[in-house]
Amino acid sequence: MDRRDFIKAAGAGVGALLLPVYGNAVAAEVLTTKLDVAFKKKLADIALNAATKAGASYCDVRIGRYLRQFVITRETKVENVVNTESTGVGVRVIVNGTWGFAASSGLSDDAVAKAAQQAAAIAKANSKFQSTPVQLAPNKGVGEVSWATPIKKNSMEVPIKDKVDLLLGVNDAALKAGADYIRSTLFLVNEQKYFASTDGSYIDQDVHRIWSPFTVTAIDKKSGKFRERDGFSEPSGLGFEYLDGKPEHRVALPGGAVQYTSSYNMKEDAIAAAKQARAKLKARSVKPGKYDLVLDPSHLWLTIHESVGHPLELDRALGYEANFAGTSFATIDKWKSKSFKYGSDIVTLFADKTQPGTLGAVGYDDEGVKTKRWDLVKDGVFVNYQAIRDQVHIIGEKESQGCCYADSWANVQFQRMANVSLAPGKTKLSPADMVKGVENGIYIVGNGSFSIDQQRYNAQFGGQLFYEIKDGKITEQIEDVAYQIRTPEFWNACSAICDESDYRFGGSFFDGKGQPPQISAVSHGSSTARFNGINVINTARSLG
Amino acid sequence: MTIFNEEEAKAILTKVVKLSKANECTASLEGSVEGNIRYALNSVSTSGIISNTELAVQVAFGKKVGTATINQFDDDSLLRVVRRAEELAKLAPDNPEFVPAIGKQAYKATDTFVEKTANMTAEQRAQIANDCIAPSKAAKCVAAGFFTDGNRFSATANSNGNFGYQRSTTADFTCTVRTEDGRGSGWVASNVADISQFDAKSTIQTAIMKATKSADAKALEPGKYTVILEPAATAGLLGFMLRGFDARESDEGRSFLTKKGGGNRLGEQVFDERVTLYSDPAEPGAAVLPWDGEGLARERVPIITKGKVEYLQYSRYWAKLKGKKAIGEPANLIMVGGDKSTMDLVKTTKKGILVTRTWYIRMVDPQTVLLTGLTRDGTFYIEDGEIKYPIKNFRFNESPVIMLNNVEEIGRPIRIGSDESSLTMMIPPLKIRDFTFTSLSDAV
Repeated sequence: MDRRDFIKAAGAGVGALLLPVYGNAVAAEVLTTKLDVAFKKKLADIALNAATKAGASYCDVRIGRYLRQFVITRETKVENVVNTESTGVGVRVIVNGTWGFAASSGLSDDAVAKAAQQAAAIAKANSKFQSTPVQLAPNKGVGEVSWATPIKKNSMEVPIKDKVDLLLGVNDAALKAGADYIRSTLFLVNEQKYFASTDGSYIDQDVHRIWSPFTVTAIDKKSGKFRERDGFSEPSGLGFEYLDGKPEHRVALPGGAVQYTSSYNMKEDAIAAAKQARAKLKARSVKPGKYDLVLDPSHLWLTIHESVGHPLELDRALGYEANFAGTSFATIDKWKSKSFKYGSDIVTLFADKTQPGTLGAVGYDDEGVKTKRWDLVKDGVFVNYQAIRDQVHIIGEKESQGCCYADSWANVQFQRMANVSLAPGKTKLSPADMVKGVENGIYIVGNGSFSIDQQRYNAQFGGQLFYEIKDGKITEQIEDVAYQIRTPEFWNACSAICDESDYRFGGSFFDGKGQPPQISAVSHGSSTARFNGINVINTARSLG
Repeated sequence: MTIFNEEEAKAILTKVVKLSKANECTASLEGSVEGNIRYALNSVSTSGIISNTELAVQVAFGKKVGTATINQFDDDSLLRVVRRAEELAKLAPDNPEFVPAIGKQAYKATDTFVEKTANMTAEQRAQIANDCIAPSKAAKCVAAGFFTDGNRFSATANSNGNFGYQRSTTADFTCTVRTEDGRGSGWVASNVADISQFDAKSTIQTAIMKATKSADAKALEPGKYTVILEPAATAGLLGFMLRGFDARESDEGRSFLTKKGGGNRLGEQVFDERVTLYSDPAEPGAAVLPWDGEGLARERVPIITKGKVEYLQYSRYWAKLKGKKAIGEPANLIMVGGDKSTMDLVKTTKKGILVTRTWYIRMVDPQTVLLTGLTRDGTFYIEDGEIKYPIKNFRFNESPVIMLNNVEEIGRPIRIGSDESSLTMMIPPLKIRDFTFTSLSDAV
């Protein structure tokens, strides 16, 4: 997950606005425009030609226009509306078997050619110290193509007033339902990305993402106790239609909680959150011990992200992230053995950058590779990593898996997590039926605190809502729950997975990696799953 | 050009403030040149220089506020950014918590700039990488590290005649050294304003020593232990706790400094009486800019004195509402200590655990500031004043509020750059009793 507090950086005030270098603040209207494709192709050709002339054996160019809009409110007021635009070109080359990269915010012919020449010069300089030349997996050019997130309503075209009215309406509903405080936010992103390479690709992509989180706080003044409940908006690769809240996208769960699929009823969730936050103030504290956990997809996505998505990134396993994010317990020898049991036989975990509506869905990655689906853990056995063009030869693959990404034109692209998901169970099973089979368990909905070690063995997760299960029945809402796992034991304790009809996504809008850090957005799908005999701790403390 | 001198910055900001037709205008101009080098597997992986200069303009018509930013500084661009901010302000709803722009401030310059750091070259960065890689290789270890140096200026001005300009530099270094067989891992960090205070060759020896000595770690049972936390291990925990020092959150009932029945715990004894923390923009060796993000002058403030809470952060709006004086938000944190080094604390320990650093710290319960995280890159068992053997890493679930009530001994503070907090810190090594480890980690 992100190691920078992005939301804080988007707070009010001149000073705060200077923190994120995601672009210049602009009028909302600017966010609805695009650069002409012919103009981008002309610039790309200038860069490709300049790089080739400077001795590059390979060159790719990314002309990016990154648009963001944040609307931030609390209770009855708008705290901030931020519109940002960042446009520029990033050129990556291979000279003498070595990478070089340079970027420019200028979009003149000269600026772009100069960036290509600079990239070539850096590659040449670095090649003196390079012991092993870059080995780039082949990728056939696709000519001039385009891809766009299949949105129904462009979020950037929705008037700010409508967005403010929506959030203030949500806040009002939560306050009326018993919340003492609420913060609600809209994060809207549009990445207009043009990619061209000496392989013969010219790819124009228009990528949209949306997220509308909130946090409700309930306070008991007398005891000084307070409790929060976060909203259940899942960040998605969708347009503003995500906030239509269609009844067919509402999922009623055992115990009374509600989740949402392709569209979200934010107001309804805020009302529920206010009531549930108040209930948390009075809920019984959990008795620590071993429990069978029933984990809703709104919770399980984060456990998948931390304990499967990250450890199965090849650069981590090789040691390239050792100083920051860490390495991985899923070492090359475990992969080579083709027998390492990552999970129980029913566990299949796969990477996929094509699933519609997800944060990771694109037509082509940031090195022009067509996106696809592939297995990471098949029937419990660890079978593959996530890798890109200059890495796949290490794991004997002939082509890149298409999971290369840069968060800006100004940053060099590198391997990032694809959507990593748990395959649904093959036999018919609903969450309600799953609960019926549990003697002594806890049903967890929504993600809470999370922490995992630098090799992704030992993790601890909280949640939003916890329900005790006794003899196949949900008894009551409980509190102060966190569970601790050792990754392979946890996935080997997976004893049941609900069927495809329960399959839902969660995700991270701001996943951080690298030094200097870059963010990316990624979804994780699953159906509700059961894990037997997991260690649960009680997190209540007294300050005296 | 990225780094403007004071005259150039003043000329731009004065022009911007004059161009505005709004009731008030605040403009700030910041620029930086940041160089970095990254290496892993004993080889340089990336290096680069990022330059950026940005002008932010905030204007207000009545209670309507608009902000715009730009990175070009010709007359047309300046006019455009001012007009854009004005257009956005006119479209904005009234901000009920609007507070007018600050008055003229008296900034006292602080010692944040060192020419030598500002003049760092790509060759020097490469040398730093090599100074870590070569001895690591020789010791059959693998180094992965990151070094970044920053040369910056900040300037602020407003229509009330306020103006400030100052330059600053920092150099931040972290390196993880692992044994070739992956059974041992060590880490070292350094954060300085003056690059001449940093020597990679000698610094890296700590990480190599910890890597080689941490192989063959034994497993201890999780539980409550006396710990000696090196300064880097404490920094992350304090950063999270400081978030609870917001006056508004405390008054609203959602901080550990909220008082039962309402109000906040300002003035109450919340920590052990040996705990004293303050912030001072002019602190020698840890100086920061003399103004905050809003241009408010920073002052020396006692935060905790002998265990008593002496300070809460009031935003200008909340200060006005509560009849308090708003002062600049602190950017550094100094914990008062004694003269003892980490090893001196080890010598006085009968049984305990030495923690090099803490990692992936997250809030579990803001009510009690219960945090979870793990030890990493060098955890050792101490008996009878000596380091006996390396132990496996632990997950902890502990509150810094409880921890700072269980203080046994406090050592000599050193400067720390915390990776998840923007604060510059001076933190001593601490000996703490009954620190709660809840599970073992197999991670090396």
